[in-house]
Amino acid sequence: MALPKDVMIEIFTEIQESLQYAFVQRAIIAGCFMALGCSFLGVFLVLRRFSLIGDGLAHVSFATVAVALLLDAQPIVVSIPLVALASLVVLHLSENARVHGDAAIGLVSSFGIALGVIIASTAGGFNVDLFSYLFGNILSVSSLEVWLTIGISLLVVLVTTLFYHDLFSITFDEDYAQVSGIKVKVVNRILILLASLIVVLGIKIVGTMLVSSLIILPAISALQIMRSFKATMALAGVFAVASVIVGIFTSYVLNYPSGATIVMVNFGFFVGSFVLDRFIR
Amino acid sequence: MSVKLLEIRDLSVQYRGVEALNGVSLDIDVGDYIGLAGTNGSGKTTLVKAILGLVPFAGTISFQSRSLREFVATKHIGYLPQKMSFLDQRFPATAKEVVVSGVFCCKKFPKYLTRDDYKAAFQAMDILGIADLANRMIGRLSGGQQQRVLLARALVHSPQLLILDEPTEALDPQSRETFYSTVERLNKENGVTVLLVSHDIGSIGKYASKMIYLDRELVFYGTFEEFCKSSKMTDYFGAGQHIICHKHQ
Repeated sequence: MALPKDVMIEIFTEIQESLQYAFVQRAIIAGCFMALGCSFLGVFLVLRRFSLIGDGLAHVSFATVAVALLLDAQPIVVSIPLVALASLVVLHLSENARVHGDAAIGLVSSFGIALGVIIASTAGGFNVDLFSYLFGNILSVSSLEVWLTIGISLLVVLVTTLFYHDLFSITFDEDYAQVSGIKVKVVNRILILLASLIVVLGIKIVGTMLVSSLIILPAISALQIMRSFKATMALAGVFAVASVIVGIFTSYVLNYPSGATIVMVNFGFFVGSFVLDRFIR
Repeated sequence: MSVKLLEIRDLSVQYRGVEALNGVSLDIDVGDYIGLAGTNGSGKTTLVKAILGLVPFAGTISFQSRSLREFVATKHIGYLPQKMSFLDQRFPATAKEVVVSGVFCCKKFPKYLTRDDYKAAFQAMDILGIADLANRMIGRLSGGQQQRVLLARALVHSPQLLILDEPTEALDPQSRETFYSTVERLNKENGVTVLLVSHDIGSIGKYASKMIYLDRELVFYGTFEEFCKSSKMTDYFGAGQHIICHKHQ
Protein backbone atom coordinates (compact mmCIF):
# COMPACT_ATOMS: atom_id res chain seq x y z
CA MET A 1 0.00 0.00 0.00
CA ALA A 2 1.62 3.28 -1.12
CA LEU A 3 1.65 6.35 1.12
CA PRO A 4 -0.43 9.34 0.02
CA LYS A 5 1.51 11.82 -2.10
CA ASP A 6 1.32 14.68 0.42
CA VAL A 7 2.68 12.43 3.18
CA MET A 8 5.56 11.37 0.92
CA ILE A 9 6.40 14.98 0.14
CA GLU A 10 6.31 15.82 3.85
CA ILE A 11 8.71 12.97 4.64
CA PHE A 12 11.14 13.96 1.89
CA THR A 13 11.04 17.60 3.03
CA GLU A 14 11.81 16.51 6.55
CA ILE A 15 14.70 14.34 5.36
CA GLN A 16 16.02 17.19 3.24
CA GLU A 17 15.84 19.54 6.22
CA SER A 18 17.60 17.03 8.45
CA LEU A 19 20.56 16.94 6.11
CA GLN A 20 21.27 20.58 6.86
CA TYR A 21 22.14 19.71 10.45
CA ALA A 22 25.78 18.98 11.12
CA PHE A 23 24.94 16.26 13.66
CA VAL A 24 22.88 14.38 11.04
CA GLN A 25 25.69 14.69 8.49
CA ARG A 26 28.18 13.38 11.06
CA ALA A 27 25.83 10.52 11.96
CA ILE A 28 25.45 9.45 8.34
CA ILE A 29 29.16 9.62 7.56
CA ALA A 30 30.21 7.82 10.74
CA GLY A 31 27.38 5.32 10.44
CA CYS A 32 28.13 4.42 6.83
CA PHE A 33 31.84 3.90 7.43
CA MET A 34 31.14 1.97 10.61
CA ALA A 35 28.63 -0.22 8.78
CA LEU A 36 31.09 -0.92 5.99
CA GLY A 37 33.85 -1.96 8.39
CA CYS A 38 31.49 -4.10 10.50
CA SER A 39 30.01 -5.88 7.50
CA PHE A 40 33.38 -6.72 5.95
CA LEU A 41 34.61 -8.21 9.21
CA GLY A 42 31.21 -9.74 9.82
CA VAL A 43 31.37 -12.09 6.85
CA PHE A 44 34.61 -13.64 8.14
CA LEU A 45 33.52 -13.70 11.78
CA VAL A 46 30.09 -15.21 11.09
CA LEU A 47 31.51 -17.94 8.85
CA ARG A 48 34.18 -18.77 11.41
CA ARG A 49 31.54 -19.16 14.15
CA PHE A 50 32.80 -16.04 15.89
CA SER A 51 29.53 -14.15 15.40
CA LEU A 52 29.16 -13.30 19.04
CA ILE A 53 32.64 -11.84 19.39
CA GLY A 54 31.04 -8.43 18.81
CA ASP A 55 28.60 -9.06 21.64
CA GLY A 56 31.30 -10.31 23.98
CA LEU A 57 33.68 -7.44 23.27
CA ALA A 58 30.83 -4.94 23.53
CA HIS A 59 30.16 -6.24 27.03
CA VAL A 60 33.82 -5.79 27.86
CA SER A 61 33.67 -2.28 26.47
CA PHE A 62 30.75 -1.64 28.84
CA ALA A 63 33.19 -2.33 31.68
CA THR A 64 35.93 -0.22 30.11
CA VAL A 65 33.52 2.71 29.65
CA ALA A 66 32.60 2.36 33.32
CA VAL A 67 36.32 2.44 34.18
CA ALA A 68 36.79 5.54 32.02
CA LEU A 69 33.83 7.32 33.60
CA LEU A 70 35.14 6.41 37.05
CA LEU A 71 38.56 7.85 36.17
CA ASP A 72 36.99 10.80 34.35
CA ALA A 73 38.91 9.80 31.22
CA GLN A 74 37.90 9.63 27.54
CA PRO A 75 36.01 6.29 27.18
CA ILE A 76 37.49 5.61 23.76
CA VAL A 77 41.07 6.05 25.01
CA VAL A 78 40.52 3.57 27.84
CA SER A 79 38.39 1.15 25.82
CA ILE A 80 40.57 0.59 22.74
CA PRO A 81 43.57 -1.03 24.50
CA LEU A 82 41.50 -2.94 27.05
CA VAL A 83 39.02 -4.35 24.55
CA ALA A 84 41.89 -5.24 22.20
CA LEU A 85 43.50 -7.12 25.08
CA ALA A 86 40.21 -8.90 25.84
CA SER A 87 39.91 -9.94 22.17
CA LEU A 88 43.37 -11.53 22.32
CA VAL A 89 42.39 -13.33 25.53
CA VAL A 90 39.32 -14.79 23.76
CA LEU A 91 41.49 -15.99 20.89
CA HIS A 92 44.17 -17.38 23.19
CA LEU A 93 41.59 -19.28 25.24
CA SER A 94 39.96 -20.79 22.16
CA GLU A 95 43.33 -21.76 20.64
CA ASN A 96 45.24 -22.98 23.65
CA ALA A 97 42.96 -23.70 26.58
CA ARG A 98 40.30 -26.37 26.60
CA VAL A 99 37.67 -23.72 25.94
CA HIS A 100 35.62 -23.56 22.74
CA GLY A 101 35.37 -20.22 20.93
CA ASP A 102 31.77 -19.54 21.98
CA ALA A 103 32.51 -20.43 25.60
CA ALA A 104 35.58 -18.17 25.57
CA ILE A 105 33.41 -15.30 24.32
CA GLY A 106 30.80 -16.06 27.00
CA LEU A 107 33.48 -16.10 29.67
CA VAL A 108 34.98 -12.74 28.72
CA SER A 109 31.52 -11.29 28.08
CA SER A 110 30.11 -12.16 31.51
CA PHE A 111 33.30 -10.95 33.14
CA GLY A 112 32.93 -7.62 31.31
CA ILE A 113 29.31 -7.12 32.33
CA ALA A 114 29.98 -8.10 35.94
CA LEU A 115 32.97 -5.78 36.16
CA GLY A 116 30.98 -2.93 34.61
CA VAL A 117 28.10 -3.36 37.05
CA ILE A 118 30.45 -3.51 40.05
CA ILE A 119 32.31 -0.37 38.94
CA ALA A 120 29.04 1.46 38.21
CA SER A 121 27.59 0.55 41.62
CA THR A 122 30.85 1.51 43.37
CA ALA A 123 30.67 4.86 41.63
CA GLY A 124 27.13 5.43 42.91
CA GLY A 125 24.93 3.53 40.51
CA PHE A 126 24.25 3.79 36.79
CA ASN A 127 24.38 7.31 35.53
CA VAL A 128 23.11 8.79 32.27
CA ASP A 129 26.54 8.63 30.58
CA LEU A 130 26.91 4.89 31.07
CA PHE A 131 23.31 4.32 30.03
CA SER A 132 23.93 6.16 26.75
CA TYR A 133 26.70 3.65 25.97
CA LEU A 134 24.32 0.77 26.54
CA PHE A 135 22.03 1.85 23.71
CA GLY A 136 24.20 4.32 21.83
CA ASN A 137 23.27 7.56 20.10
CA ILE A 138 24.57 8.00 16.60
CA LEU A 139 23.21 11.53 16.47
CA SER A 140 25.64 12.61 19.18
CA VAL A 141 28.91 11.50 17.59
CA SER A 142 31.65 14.11 17.71
CA SER A 143 33.88 15.18 14.81
CA LEU A 144 36.79 13.31 16.41
CA GLU A 145 34.71 10.14 16.54
CA VAL A 146 33.72 10.60 12.90
CA TRP A 147 37.38 10.83 11.87
CA LEU A 148 38.29 7.86 14.04
CA THR A 149 35.47 5.83 12.53
CA ILE A 150 36.55 6.73 9.00
CA GLY A 151 40.15 5.83 9.83
CA ILE A 152 39.33 2.49 11.45
CA SER A 153 36.84 1.51 8.76
CA LEU A 154 39.29 2.32 5.98
CA LEU A 155 41.87 0.27 7.87
CA VAL A 156 39.42 -2.65 7.97
CA VAL A 157 38.72 -2.34 4.25
CA LEU A 158 42.45 -2.07 3.47
CA VAL A 159 43.43 -5.05 5.64
CA THR A 160 40.59 -7.27 4.41
CA THR A 161 41.57 -6.39 0.83
CA LEU A 162 45.29 -7.03 1.33
CA PHE A 163 44.69 -10.24 3.28
CA TYR A 164 41.57 -11.25 1.36
CA HIS A 165 43.00 -14.49 -0.02
CA ASP A 166 44.52 -15.51 3.31
CA LEU A 167 41.27 -14.70 5.14
CA PHE A 168 39.25 -16.63 2.57
CA SER A 169 41.53 -19.64 2.85
CA ILE A 170 41.48 -19.63 6.67
CA THR A 171 37.72 -19.14 6.77
CA PHE A 172 37.09 -22.01 4.37
CA ASP A 173 39.61 -24.51 5.75
CA GLU A 174 41.96 -23.41 8.52
CA ASP A 175 44.04 -26.61 8.50
CA TYR A 176 44.66 -26.41 4.77
CA ALA A 177 45.52 -22.72 5.09
CA GLN A 178 48.18 -23.64 7.61
CA VAL A 179 49.55 -26.31 5.28
CA SER A 180 49.65 -23.70 2.52
CA GLY A 181 52.07 -21.69 4.61
CA ILE A 182 49.57 -19.01 5.63
CA LYS A 183 50.41 -17.57 9.04
CA VAL A 184 47.02 -18.47 10.50
CA LYS A 185 47.71 -17.23 14.03
CA VAL A 186 48.94 -13.85 12.81
CA VAL A 187 45.97 -13.35 10.48
CA ASN A 188 43.56 -14.43 13.24
CA ARG A 189 45.05 -11.85 15.58
CA ILE A 190 44.79 -9.10 13.00
CA LEU A 191 41.13 -10.01 12.38
CA ILE A 192 40.20 -10.04 16.04
CA LEU A 193 42.06 -6.81 16.82
CA LEU A 194 40.19 -5.07 14.01
CA ALA A 195 36.95 -6.44 15.43
CA SER A 196 37.81 -5.00 18.84
CA LEU A 197 38.54 -1.57 17.35
CA ILE A 198 35.32 -1.50 15.40
CA VAL A 199 33.30 -2.65 18.42
CA VAL A 200 34.67 0.14 20.60
CA LEU A 201 33.66 2.73 18.02
CA GLY A 202 30.37 0.92 17.36
CA ILE A 203 29.11 1.19 20.92
CA LYS A 204 28.78 4.94 20.49
CA ILE A 205 26.61 4.44 17.43
CA VAL A 206 24.28 1.59 18.29
CA GLY A 207 25.40 0.88 21.83
CA THR A 208 26.82 -2.05 23.72
CA MET A 209 23.62 -4.04 23.44
CA LEU A 210 23.28 -3.77 19.67
CA VAL A 211 26.77 -3.41 18.20
CA SER A 212 27.08 -7.10 17.32
CA SER A 213 24.00 -6.74 15.13
CA LEU A 214 26.02 -4.51 12.78
CA ILE A 215 28.55 -7.32 12.48
CA ILE A 216 26.12 -10.24 12.22
CA LEU A 217 22.98 -9.08 10.39
CA PRO A 218 24.39 -7.71 7.10
CA ALA A 219 26.60 -10.80 6.79
CA ILE A 220 23.85 -13.35 7.36
CA SER A 221 21.46 -11.41 5.11
CA ALA A 222 23.98 -11.52 2.25
CA LEU A 223 24.75 -15.18 2.96
CA GLN A 224 21.10 -16.03 2.28
CA ILE A 225 21.27 -15.11 -1.38
CA MET A 226 24.88 -14.91 -2.53
CA ARG A 227 26.82 -17.82 -4.02
CA SER A 228 30.37 -16.44 -4.14
CA PHE A 229 32.56 -14.98 -1.42
CA LYS A 230 33.34 -11.61 -2.97
CA ALA A 231 29.70 -11.04 -3.88
CA THR A 232 28.69 -11.88 -0.30
CA MET A 233 31.11 -9.29 1.08
CA ALA A 234 29.91 -6.67 -1.40
CA LEU A 235 26.23 -7.27 -0.66
CA ALA A 236 26.86 -7.30 3.11
CA GLY A 237 28.47 -3.87 2.69
CA VAL A 238 25.50 -2.60 0.68
CA PHE A 239 22.99 -3.91 3.26
CA ALA A 240 24.95 -2.41 6.13
CA VAL A 241 25.34 1.06 4.59
CA ALA A 242 21.71 1.11 3.39
CA SER A 243 20.49 0.11 6.86
CA VAL A 244 22.35 3.03 8.44
CA ILE A 245 21.02 5.57 5.94
CA VAL A 246 17.44 4.28 6.03
CA GLY A 247 17.64 3.79 9.80
CA ILE A 248 18.86 7.30 10.55
CA PHE A 249 16.22 8.99 8.36
CA THR A 250 13.46 6.74 9.69
CA SER A 251 14.46 7.41 13.29
CA TYR A 252 14.59 11.15 12.54
CA VAL A 253 11.16 11.23 10.89
CA LEU A 254 9.42 8.91 13.38
CA ASN A 255 11.42 10.10 16.40
CA TYR A 256 12.59 6.56 17.20
CA PRO A 257 15.91 5.66 18.85
CA SER A 258 18.46 5.61 16.00
CA GLY A 259 20.49 2.54 17.03
CA ALA A 260 17.44 0.34 17.45
CA THR A 261 15.96 1.60 14.16
CA ILE A 262 19.17 0.73 12.28
CA VAL A 263 19.00 -2.76 13.72
CA MET A 264 15.33 -3.12 12.74
CA VAL A 265 16.11 -2.07 9.16
CA ASN A 266 18.91 -4.64 9.11
CA PHE A 267 16.47 -7.22 10.36
CA GLY A 268 14.12 -6.23 7.53
CA PHE A 269 16.92 -6.87 5.02
CA PHE A 270 17.45 -10.29 6.56
CA VAL A 271 13.76 -11.21 6.27
CA GLY A 272 13.74 -9.96 2.66
CA SER A 273 16.86 -11.99 1.79
CA PHE A 274 15.48 -15.06 3.50
CA VAL A 275 12.25 -14.89 1.51
CA LEU A 276 14.09 -14.08 -1.73
CA ASP A 277 16.36 -17.09 -1.25
CA ARG A 278 13.29 -19.34 -1.11
CA PHE A 279 12.20 -17.95 -4.49
CA ILE A 280 15.68 -18.26 -6.04
CA ARG A 281 16.09 -21.91 -5.01
CA MET B 1 66.93 -45.92 -12.05
CA SER B 2 64.68 -44.53 -9.37
CA VAL B 3 65.04 -40.90 -8.27
CA LYS B 4 64.48 -40.10 -4.61
CA LEU B 5 61.82 -37.50 -3.89
CA LEU B 6 61.57 -37.77 -0.13
CA GLU B 7 64.13 -39.18 2.29
CA ILE B 8 63.14 -39.69 5.90
CA ARG B 9 65.84 -40.65 8.40
CA ASP B 10 65.34 -41.59 12.04
CA LEU B 11 62.20 -39.48 12.34
CA SER B 12 60.76 -39.15 15.84
CA VAL B 13 57.87 -36.97 16.99
CA GLN B 14 56.65 -36.40 20.52
CA TYR B 15 53.45 -34.72 21.69
CA ARG B 16 53.79 -33.41 25.26
CA GLY B 17 56.25 -36.12 26.13
CA VAL B 18 54.24 -38.91 24.48
CA GLU B 19 55.98 -40.62 21.59
CA ALA B 20 53.91 -40.49 18.40
CA LEU B 21 56.62 -41.70 16.03
CA ASN B 22 59.95 -43.33 16.77
CA GLY B 23 62.93 -43.78 14.49
CA VAL B 24 61.12 -43.99 11.15
CA SER B 25 63.39 -44.15 8.09
CA LEU B 26 62.15 -44.57 4.53
CA ASP B 27 62.52 -43.22 1.01
CA ILE B 28 59.82 -42.26 -1.46
CA ASP B 29 60.83 -42.28 -5.13
CA VAL B 30 59.51 -40.07 -7.90
CA GLY B 31 56.41 -41.68 -9.44
CA ASP B 32 55.66 -43.94 -6.46
CA TYR B 33 52.09 -44.56 -5.38
CA ILE B 34 52.41 -45.41 -1.71
CA GLY B 35 49.71 -46.49 0.70
CA LEU B 36 50.20 -45.53 4.35
CA ALA B 37 48.28 -47.75 6.74
CA GLY B 38 48.10 -48.42 10.45
CA THR B 39 45.63 -48.48 13.29
CA ASN B 40 44.24 -45.34 14.97
CA GLY B 41 47.05 -43.57 16.83
CA SER B 42 49.72 -45.39 14.86
CA GLY B 43 51.31 -42.13 13.70
CA LYS B 44 49.98 -41.90 10.11
CA THR B 45 48.74 -38.32 10.44
CA THR B 46 51.80 -37.40 12.51
CA LEU B 47 54.06 -38.58 9.66
CA VAL B 48 52.05 -36.48 7.20
CA LYS B 49 52.20 -33.46 9.53
CA ALA B 50 55.95 -33.84 9.86
CA ILE B 51 56.35 -33.92 6.07
CA LEU B 52 54.15 -30.83 5.82
CA GLY B 53 56.24 -29.09 8.48
CA LEU B 54 53.34 -28.74 10.90
CA VAL B 55 54.96 -30.50 13.89
CA PRO B 56 58.45 -30.29 15.36
CA PHE B 57 60.46 -33.46 14.87
CA ALA B 58 63.81 -35.09 15.52
CA GLY B 59 65.70 -36.69 12.65
CA THR B 60 65.79 -35.50 9.06
CA ILE B 61 63.31 -35.17 6.23
CA SER B 62 64.72 -34.18 2.87
CA PHE B 63 62.70 -33.24 -0.17
CA GLN B 64 64.75 -33.60 -3.37
CA SER B 65 67.87 -33.74 -1.20
CA ARG B 66 67.04 -30.48 0.57
CA SER B 67 66.34 -30.63 4.28
CA LEU B 68 62.88 -29.52 5.31
CA ARG B 69 64.52 -27.58 8.12
CA GLU B 70 65.99 -25.27 5.49
CA PHE B 71 63.16 -24.89 3.04
CA VAL B 72 59.38 -25.10 2.94
CA ALA B 73 58.18 -27.93 0.75
CA THR B 74 54.49 -26.99 0.73
CA LYS B 75 54.97 -25.35 -2.68
CA HIS B 76 55.88 -28.78 -4.02
CA ILE B 77 53.31 -30.77 -2.09
CA GLY B 78 49.59 -31.03 -2.78
CA TYR B 79 47.56 -31.97 0.28
CA LEU B 80 44.04 -33.30 0.43
CA PRO B 81 42.81 -33.37 4.04
CA GLN B 82 40.23 -35.77 5.38
CA LYS B 83 36.71 -35.16 4.04
CA MET B 84 35.56 -31.81 5.33
CA SER B 85 32.53 -33.08 7.21
CA PHE B 86 32.33 -29.62 8.80
CA LEU B 87 31.88 -27.99 5.40
CA ASP B 88 29.07 -25.48 5.79
CA GLN B 89 26.40 -26.10 3.15
CA ARG B 90 25.88 -22.35 2.94
CA PHE B 91 29.54 -21.39 2.64
CA PRO B 92 29.51 -18.72 -0.08
CA ALA B 93 32.22 -20.01 -2.37
CA THR B 94 32.09 -21.41 -5.85
CA ALA B 95 34.12 -24.48 -6.81
CA LYS B 96 36.35 -22.16 -8.87
CA GLU B 97 37.11 -19.96 -5.83
CA VAL B 98 38.06 -23.03 -3.78
CA VAL B 99 40.26 -24.56 -6.47
CA VAL B 100 42.16 -21.35 -7.22
CA SER B 101 42.87 -20.91 -3.48
CA GLY B 102 45.35 -23.76 -3.94
CA VAL B 103 47.84 -21.34 -5.49
CA PHE B 104 48.04 -19.17 -2.35
CA CYS B 105 50.82 -21.41 -1.00
CA CYS B 106 53.10 -20.19 -3.75
CA LYS B 107 52.35 -16.47 -3.48
CA LYS B 108 54.02 -13.73 -1.52
CA PHE B 109 52.26 -10.88 0.26
CA PRO B 110 50.28 -9.06 -1.03
CA LYS B 111 48.67 -12.02 -2.76
CA TYR B 112 46.64 -11.47 -5.87
CA LEU B 113 45.38 -13.84 -8.51
CA THR B 114 46.43 -13.64 -12.13
CA ARG B 115 44.80 -14.89 -15.29
CA ASP B 116 47.34 -17.74 -15.30
CA ASP B 117 46.16 -18.81 -11.84
CA TYR B 118 42.56 -19.11 -13.06
CA LYS B 119 43.83 -20.93 -16.16
CA ALA B 120 45.65 -23.41 -13.92
CA ALA B 121 42.49 -23.83 -11.83
CA PHE B 122 40.41 -24.60 -14.91
CA GLN B 123 43.07 -27.04 -16.15
CA ALA B 124 43.05 -28.89 -12.82
CA MET B 125 39.25 -29.01 -12.88
CA ASP B 126 39.30 -30.18 -16.46
CA ILE B 127 41.71 -33.04 -15.65
CA LEU B 128 39.35 -34.16 -12.89
CA GLY B 129 36.25 -33.79 -15.07
CA ILE B 130 34.62 -31.08 -12.97
CA ALA B 131 35.08 -28.04 -15.20
CA ASP B 132 31.31 -27.74 -15.55
CA LEU B 133 31.01 -27.29 -11.77
CA ALA B 134 33.25 -24.19 -11.72
CA ASN B 135 30.51 -21.72 -10.84
CA ARG B 136 28.49 -24.00 -8.59
CA MET B 137 28.44 -23.36 -4.85
CA ILE B 138 30.77 -25.84 -3.10
CA GLY B 139 28.24 -26.67 -0.38
CA ARG B 140 25.63 -27.68 -2.94
CA LEU B 141 27.82 -30.33 -4.59
CA SER B 142 27.69 -34.03 -3.77
CA GLY B 143 30.34 -35.54 -1.48
CA GLY B 144 32.23 -37.04 -4.41
CA GLN B 145 32.16 -33.77 -6.36
CA GLN B 146 33.35 -31.81 -3.31
CA GLN B 147 36.24 -34.21 -2.86
CA ARG B 148 37.26 -33.78 -6.49
CA VAL B 149 37.10 -29.99 -6.07
CA LEU B 150 39.43 -30.30 -3.07
CA LEU B 151 41.69 -32.61 -5.09
CA ALA B 152 41.80 -30.00 -7.86
CA ARG B 153 42.79 -27.42 -5.21
CA ALA B 154 45.66 -29.72 -4.17
CA LEU B 155 46.77 -30.08 -7.79
CA VAL B 156 46.42 -26.52 -9.02
CA HIS B 157 50.03 -25.55 -8.25
CA SER B 158 51.37 -28.68 -10.01
CA PRO B 159 52.84 -30.41 -6.94
CA GLN B 160 55.38 -33.21 -7.22
CA LEU B 161 54.01 -35.05 -4.21
CA LEU B 162 50.31 -35.50 -3.53
CA ILE B 163 49.33 -36.45 0.02
CA LEU B 164 45.81 -37.81 0.45
CA ASP B 165 44.70 -38.15 4.07
CA GLU B 166 41.89 -40.70 4.24
CA PRO B 167 40.24 -39.02 1.28
CA THR B 168 37.31 -41.36 0.73
CA GLU B 169 36.08 -41.89 4.29
CA ALA B 170 32.72 -40.22 3.69
CA LEU B 171 32.17 -41.30 0.10
CA ASP B 172 29.84 -43.94 -1.26
CA PRO B 173 31.47 -46.93 -3.06
CA GLN B 174 30.86 -45.51 -6.55
CA SER B 175 32.33 -42.09 -5.71
CA ARG B 176 35.23 -43.89 -4.02
CA GLU B 177 36.01 -45.86 -7.19
CA THR B 178 35.80 -42.73 -9.34
CA PHE B 179 38.09 -40.88 -6.95
CA TYR B 180 40.73 -43.63 -6.83
CA SER B 181 40.65 -44.05 -10.62
CA THR B 182 41.30 -40.32 -10.98
CA VAL B 183 44.26 -40.46 -8.60
CA GLU B 184 45.62 -43.52 -10.38
CA ARG B 185 45.43 -41.65 -13.68
CA LEU B 186 47.27 -38.67 -12.16
CA ASN B 187 50.00 -41.03 -10.96
CA LYS B 188 50.38 -42.98 -14.19
CA GLU B 189 49.74 -40.33 -16.81
CA ASN B 190 50.91 -37.14 -15.07
CA GLY B 191 53.71 -38.70 -13.02
CA VAL B 192 52.50 -37.29 -9.70
CA THR B 193 53.94 -39.15 -6.70
CA VAL B 194 51.12 -40.16 -4.36
CA LEU B 195 51.10 -40.87 -0.62
CA LEU B 196 47.68 -42.26 0.30
CA VAL B 197 46.80 -42.46 4.00
CA SER B 198 44.06 -44.99 4.55
CA HIS B 199 42.65 -47.58 6.91
CA ASP B 200 41.42 -49.40 3.86
CA ILE B 201 44.20 -51.90 3.08
CA GLY B 202 42.08 -53.29 0.24
CA SER B 203 42.11 -49.97 -1.63
CA ILE B 204 45.82 -49.56 -0.99
CA GLY B 205 46.44 -53.02 -2.43
CA LYS B 206 44.32 -52.25 -5.44
CA TYR B 207 45.93 -48.96 -6.40
CA ALA B 208 49.25 -48.44 -4.60
CA SER B 209 52.56 -49.84 -5.77
CA LYS B 210 54.10 -49.84 -2.28
CA MET B 211 52.84 -49.90 1.24
CA ILE B 212 53.95 -48.45 4.57
CA TYR B 213 52.56 -49.92 7.77
CA LEU B 214 53.11 -47.87 10.92
CA ASP B 215 52.63 -48.57 14.58
CA ARG B 216 54.47 -45.57 16.01
CA GLU B 217 57.46 -47.09 14.27
CA LEU B 218 57.93 -48.52 10.83
CA VAL B 219 56.50 -52.05 10.88
CA PHE B 220 56.59 -52.69 7.14
CA TYR B 221 57.66 -50.96 3.92
CA GLY B 222 57.55 -52.75 0.60
CA THR B 223 55.25 -53.83 -2.19
CA PHE B 224 51.72 -55.04 -1.47
CA GLU B 225 52.66 -58.54 -2.61
CA GLU B 226 55.51 -58.55 -0.09
CA PHE B 227 53.10 -57.29 2.55
CA CYS B 228 50.75 -60.18 1.88
CA LYS B 229 53.53 -62.73 2.17
CA SER B 230 55.42 -61.07 4.99
CA SER B 231 56.05 -63.34 7.94
CA LYS B 232 56.86 -60.20 9.90
CA MET B 233 53.30 -58.98 9.37
CA THR B 234 51.87 -62.37 10.27
CA ASP B 235 53.85 -62.20 13.51
CA TYR B 236 52.73 -58.61 14.01
CA PHE B 237 49.03 -59.37 13.64
CA GLY B 238 49.46 -62.41 15.88
CA ALA B 239 48.61 -66.08 15.74
CA GLY B 240 45.19 -66.83 14.34
CA GLN B 241 45.18 -63.64 12.24
CA HIS B 242 45.60 -63.99 8.50
CA ILE B 243 46.25 -61.45 5.78
CA ILE B 244 44.06 -62.42 2.85
CA CYS B 245 45.19 -60.73 -0.35
CA HIS B 246 43.55 -61.12 -3.71
CA LYS B 247 44.32 -59.45 -6.98
CA HIS B 248 41.76 -57.05 -8.45
CA GLN B 249 41.50 -57.18 -12.21
